[in-house]
This record gives sequence, C-alpha cells and structure tokens, in this order.
Amino acid sequence: MIDNIKNYVTSLFLWELLKGLRLTGKYLFKRKITVQYPEEKTPQSHRFRGLHALRRYPNGEERCIACKLCEAVCPAVAITIESEARADGSRRTTKYDIDLTKCIFCGFCEESCPVDSIVETRIFEYHGEKRGDLLMTKQRLLEIGDLVEKQLAEDRTKDALYR
Amino acid sequence: MIEQIVFYFFGGVLLLSASMVVIMRNPIHSALLLVLSFFASAAIWLLLQAEFLAITLVLVYVGAVMVLFLFVVMMLDINLVTVREGFTRFLPVGITVAVLMVAAMGLVVSSDYFMSDTYMVIKSIGPDYSNTKELGLILYTQYLYQFEIAGAILLVAIIAAISLSMSKSKVNKSISSEEQVIVKKTDRLRVIEMKAESNIQSKKI
Amino acid sequence: MLEIVYQFISQNVLLPITTILLPVDYQAQALTVLQTVIKIFSILVPVLITVAYFTYAERKVIGFIQGRIGPNRVGFFGFSLWGLGQPIADAVKLLVKEIIVPTGSNRSLFIMAPILSLAPSLAAWAVIPFDDTKVLANINAGLLYVLALTSLAVYGVIIAGWASNSKYAFLGAMRSAAQIVAYEIAMGFALVGVLVAAGSLNLGDIVNSQVGSVFHWFWIPLFPLFIIYFISGLAETNRAPFDVAEGESEIVAGFHVEYGGMAFSVFFMAEYANMILISVLSAIMFCGGWLSPFQGVPIFEELFNWVPPMFWLLAKTSFFMFLFLWFRATFPRYRYDQIMRLGWKVFIPITIVWLVVVSALVVTNTSPWFN
Repeated sequence: MIDNIKNYVTSLFLWELLKGLRLTGKYLFKRKITVQYPEEKTPQSHRFRGLHALRRYPNGEERCIACKLCEAVCPAVAITIESEARADGSRRTTKYDIDLTKCIFCGFCEESCPVDSIVETRIFEYHGEKRGDLLMTKQRLLEIGDLVEKQLAEDRTKDALYR
Repeated sequence: MIEQIVFYFFGGVLLLSASMVVIMRNPIHSALLLVLSFFASAAIWLLLQAEFLAITLVLVYVGAVMVLFLFVVMMLDINLVTVREGFTRFLPVGITVAVLMVAAMGLVVSSDYFMSDTYMVIKSIGPDYSNTKELGLILYTQYLYQFEIAGAILLVAIIAAISLSMSKSKVNKSISSEEQVIVKKTDRLRVIEMKAESNIQSKKI
Repeated sequence: MLEIVYQFISQNVLLPITTILLPVDYQAQALTVLQTVIKIFSILVPVLITVAYFTYAERKVIGFIQGRIGPNRVGFFGFSLWGLGQPIADAVKLLVKEIIVPTGSNRSLFIMAPILSLAPSLAAWAVIPFDDTKVLANINAGLLYVLALTSLAVYGVIIAGWASNSKYAFLGAMRSAAQIVAYEIAMGFALVGVLVAAGSLNLGDIVNSQVGSVFHWFWIPLFPLFIIYFISGLAETNRAPFDVAEGESEIVAGFHVEYGGMAFSVFFMAEYANMILISVLSAIMFCGGWLSPFQGVPIFEELFNWVPPMFWLLAKTSFFMFLFLWFRATFPRYRYDQIMRLGWKVFIPITIVWLVVVSALVVTNTSPWFN
C-alpha cells in the first residue's frame, strides 16, 4: 500500500526521468573522446592486421616456398597460388594473388605460414579506384613487403615473446 | 473592396470544394476537399468577425474530427465498382430526396433573409470586442439550460459509445500497459547469494 | 535597433515606392501591406535561420552528451569555426538533390504534404508577442489560433504517409494521426488552464498577467499543466521519446521514407520550426514571456534594466529548445500502447483535476497570482 503510494508520487514527479536527465547532463560536460582522424590517430597494436605483404630474407631471397597452406586455410578463398620449380630446383610461386574484395583480414594466412612470408602490415589507409586495384599480385605484395620490412621485423620480434 | 474580393474568393473555393467532395471518386480526395471547404467557411466566418466560431471550426473539425475521419477512410479498401453499382436504379429516389431537401432549405432560409430588403450589415466593431466573451456570456446566462442539456446528451453518447465498444471477451490476451509501467526492478529480479560449491573448485582438471 | 531599421526601411524604401508607383487612393493601403510584409519577413527569416542552426545545435548537444564532439569541419573561408557552416552545407546539398516521386504515388498530394506541414508552424508566429508592443497580429483569440494551427501540422504527416504509396510511410502516418489527436486534447486542456488563470486569450495579456516576479509566473500555480503542456508538445512535434511516427528502428523513417532532397528538408524544417514554436509558447504561457526573471529582486532588477525584454523571451525559448535536445539524448522511445495510455489515461485526468484546482484558486483570488 505504502509502496503503491510511493510509486505514484515518484512517477507523478517524474523522479526517474529526472535521474536519467541528471546522468546525461553530467556527460554533457565530460571530456570528449573523439579522435580527429586524419590529424590524430589511435595507437595501433603490433598485431594489427591490415594490408597484406610478402616478406624476403635479408639476402633478398623471397621467403614463400609455395606450400599453399595459406591458400588452404583462407576462409574467404581470397588467395590463389600457382607454383613451379625454379631454375635452381627450389619450389617457388609463379602466381600469388590476394583478392582484397574477398579478404576478411582474419590473419589465418599469417598464422599458417611456416616461413613468415605472408604477413599483414599496419597499413589500413589504402583504396582502389578500379576493381583490379584491389587484386594484389605477387609483385605488388613483395613491393609492399620491401616498403615496410623494418616495421614488420620489429613487430615480429615484439610478438615473439608471446609465441 | 478587399473584403469583397476575399469573400468571393473563399465563397468560390467553398462551393467548388464542397461540390468536389460529392463528385470525387477517391474517398481520400473527398475527405481532403471537405477539409478545404471547412477552411473556406472558417475564412468566411472570420469575415463576419466571428473569430471564435471560425477558429473552433478549424480546431475541432479540421484538427480532430477530420483527422479521425481520414484515419478510417485510409484504412478502408473501397471497391469503387461495387459502390457505383445500382447507380441508375437509385437515381430517381436520390433526385427526389435532393430536390425535397433543397426546397425545404429554400423555404426556411429565403423567407427570412433572401427576401428581406435590408441585408444584415456587419458593424465594424473595435479590436477590443471579444467574440469569445460575448458567446460565453450568452451561453452561460440566457441559454444555460439548453447548453447544459446538450452537454448531458453528449456525455451520455460518449458513455454509450464506450460501453458498446468495450466488449470484454474472455479470450482477450492483450497486455495491460498499466501493469507493465508500474513494474519495478524488485518485482521481477531477485539477487540470490549462494555459496560456491567447494568441491568443484578444488577438483583438479 | 530593429525599430530603427524598420523605420528607416518604411520611410526611405516603402514610402517612395508606393508614392511613385500607385495612384493616391491606394497608397495608404499599399503601404500597410508592404509594411506587414516587411514585418513578416523580419520574423520568418530569423526563425528559419534558427531552424537551420537548431539542427546544428542538436547534433552538437547530442554529440556532447554521447561523449563525441559533433560536426566541426565545415566552416567559412577555410576556417572550420566549430563546424558552423554545417547547416548551410546541408541546405545546399538538399537543395540540389533530385526529388523523386515514387511510382503509384499521388503526385500532387505528395508534393503538397511537406508544404502543409511547414505552413502552420510558420503561420503561428503571427500572434507571438516578442515584447509589450512587438507583435505582428495582436488578436484577441491568439491562444485559440495557436492551438488550431498546431493541430493542423498532422495533415502534412497523414497526407505524406498516404500519398507515398508505401507501407512504412502509411504506418507512420497512422501512428502520428492517433498520437496527435490524443495529445492535442491534453494540450488543449493545459491551455484552458492558462486561459482561466490569465482571463484572456490574448498572448500579450497572458504575459502581462504574470507581472511581478519569478514566483508570479504561471509555472507555479499551473505546474502540472506546464509539465503536461511541454510533454504534449514533445508528442505533437513527434520528437523523442514520442517519435514513433518516424521510428527509425521500426518503420525506417515513417511518413517521410519516400521523400528526398528539398521535399524532405521541408519536413525537417517543419519539425524544428514546430519545436521552436512549442518552446516559445511554453515561455510565454508559463514562464512570463518577455518579463525579466529579476523583477522584484532589489539589486538585480536595476542591474539588468538595460537588457531588452525580448532577450528574456529568447533566453527562455532557448532553454526549452535545449530541453528538447536533452530529452532526445536521454529517453528511449515510448512503446505505442504506452503513449496512448499516457495521453488518454494519465494526462487528460490530471489536466481536468487541475483545471478545477486552478478555477478554485482564481475564484478565491489566491495571492500572489490571482489578486
């Protein structure tokens, strides 16, 4: 009975609504957490999964041995590999394509690679003006690898502690 | 001069829209044209310096009654073919009724106003004159009983309409929003303190 | 300031135009017409600018409450100026967009609907008093006029919903029609309370009957009606938490799903113009309109004497406008049957009971309000 009266009085005086308004009113004056994107950026983890790259050994030899584990593990079937024996008898890829329109950036290719060849870089601000621009060929993947090799190596050593 | 122009304009709109209400095939168009004719007659009333009546016409009929009317008409799925069925069959009766009504109205109205030599001249009254006040004074003094009786009849009508539409069937499963609104956290949620079962935690996996 | 500009224009622009162009018989009439047009513009242009910047304020305020900063990029001449150029950019974008009329829709009604929803909310400004003297039409039935016009806004919504030939739009229109009819009654009763308290339908007289101090304003004797009026105003303007007519999460955008470009922006303007109207009416009827809140306070009264009365009205209006935004950022949308319950079963009984209370207060000449 008394509870009922109390309920009616509080609802008549909009008590709960006022409580809500007080809460949002406080947030009006709180610090804003917006990141002004092109000028400011959020910190990235060294495990960040962005654009793909193919790495080389320090002597310039490409790492990929065409084992096709990445092709097999890729859940989005974005990777296509064809391989042949090179003149020196080692097995190498003749074609290594990643279709970025299919890729879901899960990082399984990176995990499955036995020679740390296919990796995902921290690059995420890229675009393609044509459909073909988002189809990464072996040539382009290697170029990206060369471009950010230093960062890649750094990130790999950082992550090695946890593996 | 300007008043006459305004009068003839709104008079024309009123006649046109009122006849279109009948002629239009689409009931929604008819309803909207009825709204327009209410507006036009409100404007004419304003010219007669009956601002209270004019605004009340807009407020009550346009703002509320016609909205509900439109509400219902929009929901209806009217098959125009069946509506127009038997048009010729009922035509003679319809025309007879219409002629009778026009004649009756003419008899009532003409004897007093149309035949008289002196038209009602509208006195220009100052801006301090309040139509609302005058109406209120008359309604609550001279016509008090009539007014109260009309109110009582309307009240009875409201109660009758509500009691007719409130058919309480036993299988009614609709939810009651009162009960839902009044529910508090404590009515539905019970936080139970329980001891953790110790032998599970100590078991080695 | 404004009077000087107005006098200057009517003396140096309008008077020469009428005297040169027209025969002597019509000069006086034409001058009044032109002066009225100038007055109308001097009300409507600021209102429309406020509408534009109200959208900006809404995005800023709701952003701030959600821990964001809102629009801050578009500015003027290369300066971002906290995004002050945003409403203008939006307006330009909407202006150049194509208006698509859906197949099977009723073309004339489809185009007419946004106009019908904007026109009443602008027409109602005719009777708003900004000052003791500054009012476009000082009519006796001002309160009734305002109530009649606010009840017309629903036609735009209903016609839009029906003419669009779309299920979502139609559902939105149906919801809005039932909701507005329900809340109009509560709103009307709240206004009857004001009418009883002030003894006049003239908005200027209503303000003048609140003279005294903050405690003479009608918000104290009419407190429940004040709250109910404002909440009904929220419902009438289809604003959160009563925005079931739009209901983004349920029926996409309700009655204006099919609208784009300028036609949509007219709906948008109508919504905001209605919000401003409800705010200014709340200020006039319950919070003393242009009266200074420091009236009757010994020192402050002289201190703030230089402030023009219009400023107080605008300040109070801005506060109510802010409340609209604050409510939107705070409350979740009401469920439809609960909206109906609130309107019919809570508000209308409370208003009727309080009408009796107010009448008793008026009859007994209770001071300090009704003596």
